[in-house]
Amino acid sequence: MDYSEKVLDHFTNPRNVGEIPDADGVGTVGNPKCGDIMKMFLKIEDGVIVDCKFKTFGCGAAIATSSMATELIKGKTIEEALQLTNKAVVEALDGLPAVKIHCSVLAEEAVKSAVADYYKRNNIPFDAKLLECTEEGCCHLAAHGEH
Amino acid sequence: MANDTKRFVYADNAATTPVAPEVIKEMQPYFEECWGNPSSIYRKGLEAKRAINGARERIANILGCTAKEIFFTSCGSESDNWAIKGAVALSKKKHIITTKIEHPAVLQTVAKLEKQGYRVTRLDVDNYGVVRLDQLEAALDEDTALVAIMAANNEIGTLQPIAEAAKLAHRVGALMFTDAVQAMGALPLRVDELGVDLLSFSGHKLNAPKGIGGLYVRRGVRIDRFVDGGGQESGRRGGTENVPYIMGLAKAMELAQEKMADNARLITLRDRLVRELTKIPYSHLNGHPTERLPGNVNITFQYIEGEGMLLLLDQAGICVSTGSACSSASLEPSHVLVACGVPIEDAHGSLRISLGHQNTEEDVDYIIQTLPGIVQRLRDMSPIYPGNEF
Repeated sequence: MDYSEKVLDHFTNPRNVGEIPDADGVGTVGNPKCGDIMKMFLKIEDGVIVDCKFKTFGCGAAIATSSMATELIKGKTIEEALQLTNKAVVEALDGLPAVKIHCSVLAEEAVKSAVADYYKRNNIPFDAKLLECTEEGCCHLAAHGEH
Repeated sequence: MANDTKRFVYADNAATTPVAPEVIKEMQPYFEECWGNPSSIYRKGLEAKRAINGARERIANILGCTAKEIFFTSCGSESDNWAIKGAVALSKKKHIITTKIEHPAVLQTVAKLEKQGYRVTRLDVDNYGVVRLDQLEAALDEDTALVAIMAANNEIGTLQPIAEAAKLAHRVGALMFTDAVQAMGALPLRVDELGVDLLSFSGHKLNAPKGIGGLYVRRGVRIDRFVDGGGQESGRRGGTENVPYIMGLAKAMELAQEKMADNARLITLRDRLVRELTKIPYSHLNGHPTERLPGNVNITFQYIEGEGMLLLLDQAGICVSTGSACSSASLEPSHVLVACGVPIEDAHGSLRISLGHQNTEEDVDYIIQTLPGIVQRLRDMSPIYPGNEF
Protein backbone atom coordinates (compact mmCIF):
# COMPACT_ATOMS: atom_id res chain seq x y z
CA MET A 1 0.00 0.00 0.00
CA ASP A 2 1.40 3.35 -1.00
CA TYR A 3 1.32 5.18 2.33
CA SER A 4 2.92 8.51 3.18
CA GLU A 5 5.83 8.58 5.62
CA LYS A 6 3.52 10.11 8.19
CA VAL A 7 0.96 7.32 7.91
CA LEU A 8 3.72 4.76 8.29
CA ASP A 9 5.09 6.65 11.28
CA HIS A 10 1.70 6.75 13.02
CA PHE A 11 1.10 3.09 12.17
CA THR A 12 4.53 1.95 13.34
CA ASN A 13 4.68 4.21 16.42
CA PRO A 14 1.05 4.91 17.22
CA ARG A 15 0.39 7.66 19.76
CA ASN A 16 -2.01 7.21 22.66
CA VAL A 17 -2.63 3.49 22.33
CA GLY A 18 -4.45 1.94 25.25
CA GLU A 19 -7.49 2.31 27.41
CA ILE A 20 -8.61 4.82 30.04
CA PRO A 21 -10.29 2.75 32.78
CA ASP A 22 -12.17 5.73 34.24
CA ALA A 23 -12.91 7.38 30.92
CA ASP A 24 -15.72 9.94 30.79
CA GLY A 25 -16.71 8.96 27.28
CA VAL A 26 -16.10 5.82 25.22
CA GLY A 27 -17.02 5.37 21.58
CA THR A 28 -16.79 2.21 19.49
CA VAL A 29 -17.37 2.27 15.75
CA GLY A 30 -16.88 -0.22 12.95
CA ASN A 31 -17.45 -3.91 12.68
CA PRO A 32 -15.06 -6.90 12.69
CA LYS A 33 -16.63 -8.20 9.49
CA CYS A 34 -15.61 -4.99 7.73
CA GLY A 35 -12.12 -5.43 9.07
CA ASP A 36 -11.95 -2.39 11.29
CA ILE A 37 -13.12 -1.39 14.74
CA MET A 38 -12.04 1.74 16.58
CA LYS A 39 -12.56 2.27 20.27
CA MET A 40 -11.90 5.78 21.56
CA PHE A 41 -11.55 6.73 25.27
CA LEU A 42 -11.87 10.35 26.46
CA LYS A 43 -10.98 11.86 29.83
CA ILE A 44 -12.78 15.18 30.10
CA GLU A 45 -12.27 17.94 32.69
CA ASP A 46 -14.08 21.28 32.53
CA GLY A 47 -15.09 20.66 28.94
CA VAL A 48 -11.51 19.94 27.89
CA ILE A 49 -10.22 16.59 26.62
CA VAL A 50 -7.31 16.13 29.02
CA ASP A 51 -6.54 12.60 27.90
CA CYS A 52 -7.47 10.45 24.95
CA LYS A 53 -6.57 6.87 24.08
CA PHE A 54 -7.57 4.34 21.45
CA LYS A 55 -7.59 0.70 20.54
CA THR A 56 -8.04 -0.28 16.91
CA PHE A 57 -8.51 -3.52 15.03
CA GLY A 58 -7.76 -2.71 11.44
CA CYS A 59 -5.30 -2.00 8.69
CA GLY A 60 -2.33 0.34 8.74
CA ALA A 61 -4.49 3.32 7.78
CA ALA A 62 -7.07 2.53 10.48
CA ILE A 63 -4.38 2.52 13.14
CA ALA A 64 -2.67 5.64 11.75
CA THR A 65 -5.92 7.64 11.51
CA SER A 66 -6.86 6.63 15.08
CA SER A 67 -3.46 7.74 16.31
CA MET A 68 -3.64 11.06 14.44
CA ALA A 69 -7.21 11.74 15.59
CA THR A 70 -6.20 11.37 19.24
CA GLU A 71 -3.29 13.75 18.67
CA LEU A 72 -5.59 16.31 17.05
CA ILE A 73 -8.18 16.37 19.85
CA LYS A 74 -5.98 15.99 22.92
CA GLY A 75 -6.03 19.23 24.96
CA LYS A 76 -8.90 20.60 22.88
CA THR A 77 -12.37 21.53 24.11
CA ILE A 78 -15.25 19.21 23.29
CA GLU A 79 -16.58 21.77 20.84
CA GLU A 80 -13.24 21.89 19.06
CA ALA A 81 -13.05 18.10 18.98
CA LEU A 82 -16.47 17.97 17.36
CA GLN A 83 -15.12 20.17 14.59
CA LEU A 84 -12.62 17.48 13.65
CA THR A 85 -13.29 16.28 10.13
CA ASN A 86 -11.98 13.22 8.38
CA LYS A 87 -10.39 15.59 5.87
CA ALA A 88 -8.37 17.21 8.64
CA VAL A 89 -7.12 13.77 9.69
CA VAL A 90 -6.20 12.94 6.10
CA GLU A 91 -4.38 16.24 5.65
CA ALA A 92 -2.49 15.84 8.91
CA LEU A 93 -1.29 12.46 7.65
CA ASP A 94 -0.14 13.93 4.30
CA GLY A 95 -2.87 12.06 2.47
CA LEU A 96 -4.30 8.55 2.30
CA PRO A 97 -4.79 6.19 -0.65
CA ALA A 98 -8.32 6.56 -2.05
CA VAL A 99 -9.42 3.11 -0.86
CA LYS A 100 -8.42 4.07 2.69
CA ILE A 101 -10.38 7.31 3.05
CA HIS A 102 -13.09 5.38 4.91
CA CYS A 103 -10.56 4.81 7.73
CA SER A 104 -10.37 8.57 8.32
CA VAL A 105 -14.17 8.72 8.37
CA LEU A 106 -14.14 6.00 11.00
CA ALA A 107 -11.70 8.07 13.11
CA GLU A 108 -14.00 11.09 12.94
CA GLU A 109 -16.95 8.90 13.88
CA ALA A 110 -15.05 7.38 16.82
CA VAL A 111 -14.37 10.83 18.30
CA LYS A 112 -17.98 11.89 17.87
CA SER A 113 -19.29 8.64 19.27
CA ALA A 114 -17.10 9.05 22.39
CA VAL A 115 -18.34 12.62 22.86
CA ALA A 116 -21.95 11.47 22.47
CA ASP A 117 -21.32 8.88 25.16
CA TYR A 118 -19.97 11.63 27.44
CA TYR A 119 -23.07 13.78 26.81
CA LYS A 120 -25.41 10.88 27.48
CA ARG A 121 -23.65 9.85 30.70
CA ASN A 122 -23.96 13.41 32.00
CA ASN A 123 -27.47 14.00 30.73
CA ILE A 124 -26.22 16.91 28.69
CA PRO A 125 -28.68 17.69 25.92
CA PHE A 126 -27.02 17.90 22.52
CA ASP A 127 -27.98 18.51 18.96
CA ALA A 128 -27.80 15.14 17.21
CA LYS A 129 -26.72 17.01 14.08
CA LEU A 130 -23.44 17.82 15.78
CA LEU A 131 -22.62 14.15 15.72
CA GLU A 132 -23.35 13.68 12.09
CA CYS A 133 -20.36 12.93 9.96
CA THR A 134 -19.06 15.47 7.51
CA GLU A 135 -18.51 12.90 4.81
CA GLU A 136 -21.39 11.72 2.70
CA GLY A 137 -22.14 8.04 3.14
CA CYS A 138 -19.76 7.77 6.04
CA CYS A 139 -21.95 5.63 8.21
CA HIS A 140 -19.67 2.73 8.34
CA LEU A 141 -22.05 -0.02 9.27
CA ALA A 142 -24.62 1.05 6.73
CA ALA A 143 -22.06 1.47 3.98
CA HIS A 144 -20.81 -2.06 4.54
CA GLY A 145 -24.25 -3.52 5.06
CA GLU A 146 -23.88 -5.98 2.22
CA HIS A 147 -21.40 -7.99 4.24
CA MET B 1 10.16 3.05 3.72
CA ALA B 2 12.78 2.82 6.44
CA ASN B 3 14.28 -0.63 6.35
CA ASP B 4 17.38 -0.97 8.50
CA THR B 5 17.31 -4.72 8.57
CA LYS B 6 19.85 -6.58 6.51
CA ARG B 7 17.71 -9.67 6.21
CA PHE B 8 15.41 -9.97 3.24
CA VAL B 9 13.12 -12.97 2.98
CA TYR B 10 10.91 -13.20 -0.08
CA ALA B 11 8.14 -15.65 0.79
CA ASP B 12 5.44 -14.57 -1.67
CA ASN B 13 6.29 -16.94 -4.50
CA ALA B 14 2.62 -17.53 -5.28
CA ALA B 15 2.46 -13.84 -6.26
CA THR B 16 5.48 -13.93 -8.52
CA THR B 17 9.03 -15.27 -8.65
CA PRO B 18 12.36 -13.82 -9.71
CA VAL B 19 13.56 -14.73 -13.19
CA ALA B 20 16.15 -17.49 -12.93
CA PRO B 21 19.65 -16.61 -14.22
CA GLU B 22 19.51 -19.67 -16.52
CA VAL B 23 16.27 -18.31 -17.98
CA ILE B 24 17.80 -14.89 -18.62
CA LYS B 25 20.72 -16.62 -20.31
CA GLU B 26 18.35 -18.65 -22.45
CA MET B 27 16.49 -15.51 -23.55
CA GLN B 28 19.50 -13.27 -24.21
CA PRO B 29 20.31 -14.43 -27.77
CA TYR B 30 16.68 -13.87 -28.81
CA PHE B 31 16.98 -10.18 -28.01
CA GLU B 32 20.42 -9.67 -29.47
CA GLU B 33 20.87 -12.07 -32.35
CA CYS B 34 17.83 -14.16 -33.17
CA TRP B 35 15.38 -11.24 -33.25
CA GLY B 36 13.67 -12.02 -36.53
CA ASN B 37 9.91 -12.28 -36.96
CA PRO B 38 8.94 -15.97 -36.93
CA SER B 39 6.46 -15.27 -39.74
CA SER B 40 9.20 -14.02 -42.11
CA ILE B 41 10.33 -16.59 -44.62
CA TYR B 42 13.99 -15.59 -44.88
CA ARG B 43 16.56 -17.25 -42.67
CA LYS B 44 16.43 -14.59 -39.95
CA GLY B 45 12.74 -15.31 -39.54
CA LEU B 46 13.06 -19.05 -39.89
CA GLU B 47 15.58 -19.31 -37.08
CA ALA B 48 13.10 -17.57 -34.76
CA LYS B 49 10.29 -19.87 -35.93
CA ARG B 50 12.43 -22.92 -35.36
CA ALA B 51 13.33 -21.63 -31.91
CA ILE B 52 9.73 -21.23 -30.75
CA ASN B 53 8.72 -24.54 -32.24
CA GLY B 54 11.58 -26.09 -30.32
CA ALA B 55 10.27 -24.44 -27.16
CA ARG B 56 6.81 -25.78 -27.92
CA GLU B 57 8.27 -29.26 -28.25
CA ARG B 58 10.13 -28.97 -24.94
CA ILE B 59 6.99 -27.84 -23.11
CA ALA B 60 4.95 -30.58 -24.79
CA ASN B 61 7.44 -33.17 -23.52
CA ILE B 62 6.96 -31.92 -19.98
CA LEU B 63 3.17 -32.04 -20.20
CA GLY B 64 3.07 -35.30 -22.12
CA CYS B 65 1.37 -33.93 -25.21
CA THR B 66 2.32 -32.91 -28.74
CA ALA B 67 3.78 -29.54 -29.72
CA LYS B 68 0.68 -28.74 -31.76
CA GLU B 69 -1.38 -28.80 -28.59
CA ILE B 70 0.63 -25.98 -26.94
CA PHE B 71 -0.30 -22.33 -27.55
CA PHE B 72 1.54 -19.29 -26.24
CA THR B 73 -0.29 -16.35 -24.68
CA SER B 74 0.67 -13.19 -22.79
CA CYS B 75 -0.23 -14.42 -19.28
CA GLY B 76 -2.21 -16.86 -17.19
CA SER B 77 -5.26 -14.62 -17.16
CA GLU B 78 -5.33 -14.52 -20.95
CA SER B 79 -5.06 -18.31 -21.05
CA ASP B 80 -7.98 -18.60 -18.62
CA ASN B 81 -10.08 -16.15 -20.63
CA TRP B 82 -9.30 -17.90 -23.88
CA ALA B 83 -9.92 -21.42 -22.60
CA ILE B 84 -13.36 -20.54 -21.28
CA LYS B 85 -14.60 -18.06 -23.87
CA GLY B 86 -13.03 -19.99 -26.72
CA ALA B 87 -14.53 -23.31 -25.67
CA VAL B 88 -18.09 -22.14 -25.07
CA ALA B 89 -18.15 -19.98 -28.21
CA LEU B 90 -17.95 -23.06 -30.42
CA SER B 91 -20.30 -25.17 -28.32
CA LYS B 92 -24.06 -25.32 -28.63
CA LYS B 93 -24.34 -26.06 -24.93
CA LYS B 94 -25.10 -23.23 -22.55
CA HIS B 95 -24.07 -24.43 -19.10
CA ILE B 96 -20.74 -23.78 -17.38
CA ILE B 97 -19.61 -25.32 -14.11
CA THR B 98 -16.84 -23.80 -12.02
CA THR B 99 -16.02 -23.40 -8.31
CA LYS B 100 -16.28 -20.62 -5.77
CA ILE B 101 -12.51 -20.53 -5.22
CA GLU B 102 -11.22 -19.89 -8.74
CA HIS B 103 -8.87 -17.07 -9.64
CA PRO B 104 -10.66 -13.84 -10.68
CA ALA B 105 -9.54 -14.47 -14.28
CA VAL B 106 -11.89 -17.46 -14.28
CA LEU B 107 -14.61 -16.05 -12.01
CA GLN B 108 -14.91 -12.78 -13.91
CA THR B 109 -14.89 -14.51 -17.28
CA VAL B 110 -17.65 -16.85 -16.20
CA ALA B 111 -19.64 -13.98 -14.67
CA LYS B 112 -19.47 -12.14 -17.98
CA LEU B 113 -20.73 -15.18 -19.86
CA GLU B 114 -23.50 -15.54 -17.31
CA LYS B 115 -24.64 -12.00 -18.15
CA GLN B 116 -24.66 -13.02 -21.79
CA GLY B 117 -27.12 -15.81 -21.02
CA TYR B 118 -25.04 -18.81 -20.04
CA ARG B 119 -26.22 -20.86 -17.07
CA VAL B 120 -23.51 -21.09 -14.41
CA THR B 121 -23.06 -23.46 -11.48
CA ARG B 122 -20.45 -22.50 -8.89
CA LEU B 123 -19.46 -25.52 -6.84
CA ASP B 124 -18.87 -25.28 -3.11
CA VAL B 125 -15.70 -26.50 -1.46
CA ASP B 126 -15.36 -28.30 1.86
CA ASN B 127 -13.64 -26.69 4.86
CA TYR B 128 -10.25 -27.67 3.46
CA GLY B 129 -11.01 -25.99 0.15
CA VAL B 130 -11.49 -29.23 -1.80
CA VAL B 131 -14.18 -29.03 -4.45
CA ARG B 132 -17.32 -31.07 -3.82
CA LEU B 133 -17.35 -33.77 -6.49
CA ASP B 134 -20.83 -34.87 -5.41
CA GLN B 135 -22.06 -31.41 -6.35
CA LEU B 136 -20.21 -31.62 -9.66
CA GLU B 137 -21.83 -34.93 -10.46
CA ALA B 138 -25.26 -33.53 -9.61
CA ALA B 139 -24.72 -30.35 -11.62
CA LEU B 140 -23.52 -31.97 -14.84
CA ASP B 141 -26.07 -32.43 -17.56
CA GLU B 142 -26.28 -32.77 -21.34
CA ASP B 143 -26.19 -28.98 -21.66
CA THR B 144 -22.87 -28.59 -19.80
CA ALA B 145 -20.29 -27.19 -22.19
CA LEU B 146 -17.37 -26.77 -19.82
CA VAL B 147 -16.15 -27.61 -16.33
CA ALA B 148 -13.48 -25.21 -15.03
CA ILE B 149 -11.67 -26.24 -11.83
CA MET B 150 -8.24 -25.01 -10.81
CA ALA B 151 -5.50 -27.60 -10.23
CA ALA B 152 -4.28 -25.90 -7.05
CA ASN B 153 -5.63 -22.85 -5.29
CA ASN B 154 -3.51 -19.71 -5.27
CA GLU B 155 -4.40 -18.65 -1.72
CA ILE B 156 -4.60 -21.82 0.33
CA GLY B 157 -2.72 -24.16 -2.01
CA THR B 158 -5.36 -26.89 -1.84
CA LEU B 159 -4.97 -29.48 -4.60
CA GLN B 160 -8.13 -30.41 -6.48
CA PRO B 161 -9.24 -33.85 -7.74
CA ILE B 162 -8.90 -32.89 -11.40
CA ALA B 163 -8.66 -36.42 -12.83
CA GLU B 164 -11.87 -37.47 -11.07
CA ALA B 165 -13.62 -34.27 -12.14
CA ALA B 166 -12.51 -34.81 -15.74
CA LYS B 167 -13.97 -38.32 -15.77
CA LEU B 168 -17.30 -36.99 -14.54
CA ALA B 169 -17.28 -34.13 -17.07
CA HIS B 170 -16.51 -36.45 -19.97
CA ARG B 171 -19.35 -38.76 -19.02
CA VAL B 172 -21.78 -36.10 -20.28
CA GLY B 173 -19.51 -34.86 -23.05
CA ALA B 174 -18.44 -31.64 -21.31
CA LEU B 175 -14.95 -30.24 -21.77
CA MET B 176 -12.63 -30.17 -18.76
CA PHE B 177 -10.46 -27.10 -18.21
CA THR B 178 -7.99 -26.64 -15.38
CA ASP B 179 -6.25 -23.44 -14.40
CA ALA B 180 -2.81 -24.81 -13.52
CA VAL B 181 -1.12 -21.45 -13.01
CA GLN B 182 -0.19 -22.29 -9.40
CA ALA B 183 0.37 -26.01 -9.85
CA MET B 184 2.62 -25.76 -12.90
CA GLY B 185 6.23 -26.08 -11.90
CA ALA B 186 5.29 -27.03 -8.35
CA LEU B 187 4.01 -30.52 -9.10
CA PRO B 188 4.43 -32.92 -12.03
CA LEU B 189 1.50 -32.42 -14.41
CA ARG B 190 0.73 -34.80 -17.29
CA VAL B 191 -2.30 -33.95 -19.34
CA ASP B 192 -3.26 -37.59 -19.90
CA GLU B 193 -3.12 -38.44 -16.22
CA LEU B 194 -5.24 -35.37 -15.49
CA GLY B 195 -7.56 -36.15 -18.37
CA VAL B 196 -8.07 -32.46 -19.11
CA ASP B 197 -8.96 -30.91 -22.45
CA LEU B 198 -7.61 -27.45 -21.64
CA LEU B 199 -4.90 -26.40 -19.19
CA SER B 200 -3.58 -22.88 -18.56
CA PHE B 201 -0.21 -21.89 -17.16
CA SER B 202 1.91 -18.81 -16.60
CA GLY B 203 5.61 -18.04 -16.76
CA HIS B 204 6.23 -15.72 -13.86
CA LYS B 205 5.09 -18.18 -11.21
CA LEU B 206 7.96 -20.47 -12.15
CA ASN B 207 10.96 -18.18 -12.62
CA ALA B 208 10.19 -17.09 -16.19
CA PRO B 209 9.35 -13.42 -16.85
CA LYS B 210 5.97 -11.76 -16.45
CA GLY B 211 4.13 -11.40 -19.76
CA ILE B 212 4.22 -14.99 -21.00
CA GLY B 213 1.70 -17.76 -20.54
CA GLY B 214 0.49 -20.88 -22.25
CA LEU B 215 -2.57 -22.94 -22.98
CA TYR B 216 -2.75 -26.64 -23.68
CA VAL B 217 -5.60 -27.55 -26.02
CA ARG B 218 -6.17 -31.26 -26.55
CA ARG B 219 -6.12 -32.34 -30.18
CA GLY B 220 -9.65 -32.37 -31.57
CA VAL B 221 -10.93 -29.85 -29.05
CA ARG B 222 -12.29 -26.84 -30.88
CA ILE B 223 -11.82 -23.42 -29.35
CA ASP B 224 -12.50 -20.10 -30.98
CA ARG B 225 -9.68 -17.84 -32.14
CA PHE B 226 -8.84 -15.40 -29.36
CA VAL B 227 -6.94 -12.65 -31.18
CA ASP B 228 -7.84 -11.99 -34.79
CA GLY B 229 -4.70 -11.33 -36.75
CA GLY B 230 -1.94 -12.71 -38.86
CA GLY B 231 -2.36 -16.43 -38.42
CA GLN B 232 0.14 -17.01 -35.63
CA GLU B 233 -0.34 -19.93 -33.21
CA SER B 234 -1.95 -22.07 -35.92
CA GLY B 235 -4.31 -19.21 -36.69
CA ARG B 236 -5.85 -19.29 -33.22
CA ARG B 237 -4.07 -16.34 -31.63
CA GLY B 238 -2.80 -13.52 -33.78
CA GLY B 239 0.12 -11.34 -32.75
CA THR B 240 3.83 -11.64 -33.35
CA GLU B 241 5.22 -14.26 -31.00
CA ASN B 242 7.21 -13.12 -27.97
CA VAL B 243 10.21 -15.17 -28.99
CA PRO B 244 12.60 -14.44 -26.08
CA TYR B 245 9.93 -15.01 -23.44
CA ILE B 246 8.74 -18.20 -25.12
CA MET B 247 12.33 -19.48 -24.94
CA GLY B 248 12.50 -18.38 -21.31
CA LEU B 249 9.25 -20.16 -20.50
CA ALA B 250 10.50 -23.45 -21.96
CA LYS B 251 13.74 -23.18 -19.99
CA ALA B 252 11.93 -22.27 -16.78
CA MET B 253 9.58 -25.23 -17.12
CA GLU B 254 12.53 -27.58 -17.59
CA LEU B 255 14.26 -26.11 -14.56
CA ALA B 256 11.07 -26.49 -12.55
CA GLN B 257 10.99 -30.21 -13.34
CA GLU B 258 14.51 -30.54 -11.94
CA LYS B 259 13.65 -28.49 -8.86
CA MET B 260 10.80 -30.83 -7.98
CA ALA B 261 13.50 -33.12 -6.54
CA ASP B 262 13.68 -30.44 -3.81
CA ASN B 263 9.96 -30.64 -3.00
CA ALA B 264 10.49 -32.87 0.03
CA ARG B 265 12.66 -30.16 1.60
CA LEU B 266 10.06 -27.52 0.78
CA ILE B 267 7.31 -29.61 2.37
CA THR B 268 9.43 -30.01 5.51
CA LEU B 269 9.90 -26.23 5.71
CA ARG B 270 6.20 -25.65 5.05
CA ASP B 271 5.12 -28.09 7.75
CA ARG B 272 7.58 -26.58 10.21
CA LEU B 273 6.12 -23.11 9.60
CA VAL B 274 2.62 -24.46 10.14
CA ARG B 275 3.62 -26.30 13.32
CA GLU B 276 5.49 -23.37 14.86
CA LEU B 277 3.18 -20.52 13.80
CA THR B 278 -0.01 -22.26 14.90
CA LYS B 279 1.51 -22.41 18.40
CA ILE B 280 0.61 -18.72 18.55
CA PRO B 281 -2.68 -18.57 20.48
CA TYR B 282 -5.88 -18.01 18.47
CA SER B 283 -4.38 -19.13 15.17
CA HIS B 284 -5.30 -21.87 12.74
CA LEU B 285 -4.23 -23.28 9.41
CA ASN B 286 -6.42 -22.54 6.38
CA GLY B 287 -6.68 -25.20 3.69
CA HIS B 288 -5.78 -28.87 3.79
CA PRO B 289 -2.97 -30.09 6.07
CA THR B 290 -1.36 -32.32 3.44
CA GLU B 291 -3.18 -31.97 0.10
CA ARG B 292 -1.64 -28.58 -0.62
CA LEU B 293 1.14 -27.05 -2.70
CA PRO B 294 4.61 -27.82 -1.29
CA GLY B 295 5.38 -24.17 -0.48
CA ASN B 296 1.98 -22.89 0.64
CA VAL B 297 1.20 -21.85 4.20
CA ASN B 298 -2.00 -19.95 5.02
CA ILE B 299 -2.74 -19.17 8.65
CA THR B 300 -5.36 -16.99 10.33
CA PHE B 301 -4.32 -14.98 13.36
CA GLN B 302 -7.54 -13.93 15.04
CA TYR B 303 -8.30 -10.44 16.37
CA ILE B 304 -5.89 -8.66 14.03
CA GLU B 305 -5.95 -7.57 10.43
CA GLY B 306 -3.63 -8.77 7.71
CA GLU B 307 -2.42 -5.49 6.25
CA GLY B 308 -0.92 -4.46 9.58
CA MET B 309 0.97 -7.74 9.73
CA LEU B 310 2.18 -7.25 6.16
CA LEU B 311 3.47 -3.73 6.86
CA LEU B 312 5.35 -4.77 9.99
CA LEU B 313 6.75 -7.87 8.30
CA ASP B 314 7.87 -5.69 5.39
CA GLN B 315 9.71 -3.46 7.84
CA ALA B 316 11.45 -6.61 9.09
CA GLY B 317 12.36 -7.51 5.47
CA ILE B 318 9.78 -10.28 5.03
CA CYS B 319 7.45 -10.30 2.00
CA VAL B 320 4.22 -12.29 2.34
CA SER B 321 0.56 -11.84 1.42
CA THR B 322 -2.87 -11.67 3.08
CA GLY B 323 -6.50 -12.47 2.35
CA SER B 324 -7.59 -9.35 4.20
CA ALA B 325 -9.96 -6.99 2.47
CA CYS B 326 -7.89 -4.02 3.56
CA SER B 327 -5.03 -5.00 1.32
CA SER B 328 -7.22 -5.34 -1.75
CA ALA B 329 -8.64 -2.59 -3.86
CA SER B 330 -12.13 -4.09 -3.60
CA LEU B 331 -12.15 -4.02 0.22
CA GLU B 332 -13.67 -7.50 0.12
CA PRO B 333 -12.02 -10.29 2.10
CA SER B 334 -10.75 -13.41 0.38
CA HIS B 335 -13.56 -15.20 -1.48
CA VAL B 336 -11.52 -18.38 -1.13
CA LEU B 337 -11.41 -18.30 2.68
CA VAL B 338 -15.07 -17.32 2.85
CA ALA B 339 -15.95 -20.28 0.57
CA CYS B 340 -14.02 -22.56 2.96
CA GLY B 341 -16.30 -21.42 5.78
CA VAL B 342 -13.73 -19.17 7.45
CA PRO B 343 -15.65 -16.38 9.24
CA ILE B 344 -15.18 -13.03 7.50
CA GLU B 345 -13.49 -11.52 10.56
CA ASP B 346 -10.95 -14.37 10.49
CA ALA B 347 -10.35 -13.95 6.78
CA HIS B 348 -9.12 -10.42 7.56
CA GLY B 349 -6.39 -11.88 9.77
CA SER B 350 -5.05 -14.42 7.30
CA LEU B 351 -1.47 -14.55 6.15
CA ARG B 352 -0.17 -16.45 3.13
CA ILE B 353 3.45 -17.49 3.15
CA SER B 354 4.46 -19.11 -0.15
CA LEU B 355 7.93 -20.60 -0.18
CA GLY B 356 10.03 -21.15 -3.27
CA HIS B 357 13.07 -23.31 -3.85
CA GLN B 358 15.36 -20.37 -3.09
CA ASN B 359 14.02 -20.18 0.49
CA THR B 360 16.25 -21.65 3.17
CA GLU B 361 15.94 -23.09 6.66
CA GLU B 362 17.30 -19.72 7.90
CA ASP B 363 14.48 -17.86 6.12
CA VAL B 364 11.95 -20.03 7.91
CA ASP B 365 13.75 -19.52 11.24
CA TYR B 366 13.59 -15.78 10.72
CA ILE B 367 9.84 -15.83 9.98
CA ILE B 368 9.23 -18.01 13.05
CA GLN B 369 11.28 -15.60 15.19
CA THR B 370 9.71 -12.44 13.82
CA LEU B 371 6.01 -13.13 13.40
CA PRO B 372 4.88 -13.88 16.99
CA GLY B 373 6.06 -10.45 18.19
CA ILE B 374 4.24 -8.72 15.35
CA VAL B 375 1.02 -10.61 16.05
CA GLN B 376 1.25 -9.71 19.73
CA ARG B 377 2.01 -6.08 18.99
CA LEU B 378 -1.13 -5.73 16.86
CA ARG B 379 -3.23 -7.70 19.32
CA ASP B 380 -2.16 -5.35 22.11
CA MET B 381 -3.73 -2.56 20.06
CA SER B 382 -6.88 -4.52 19.20
CA PRO B 383 -10.12 -3.75 21.07
CA ILE B 384 -11.49 -7.23 20.33
CA TYR B 385 -8.48 -9.23 21.55
CA PRO B 386 -9.52 -11.20 24.65
CA GLY B 387 -5.98 -11.61 26.02
CA ASN B 388 -3.81 -14.68 26.19
CA GLU B 389 -5.56 -16.31 29.15
CA PHE B 390 -7.19 -19.64 28.38
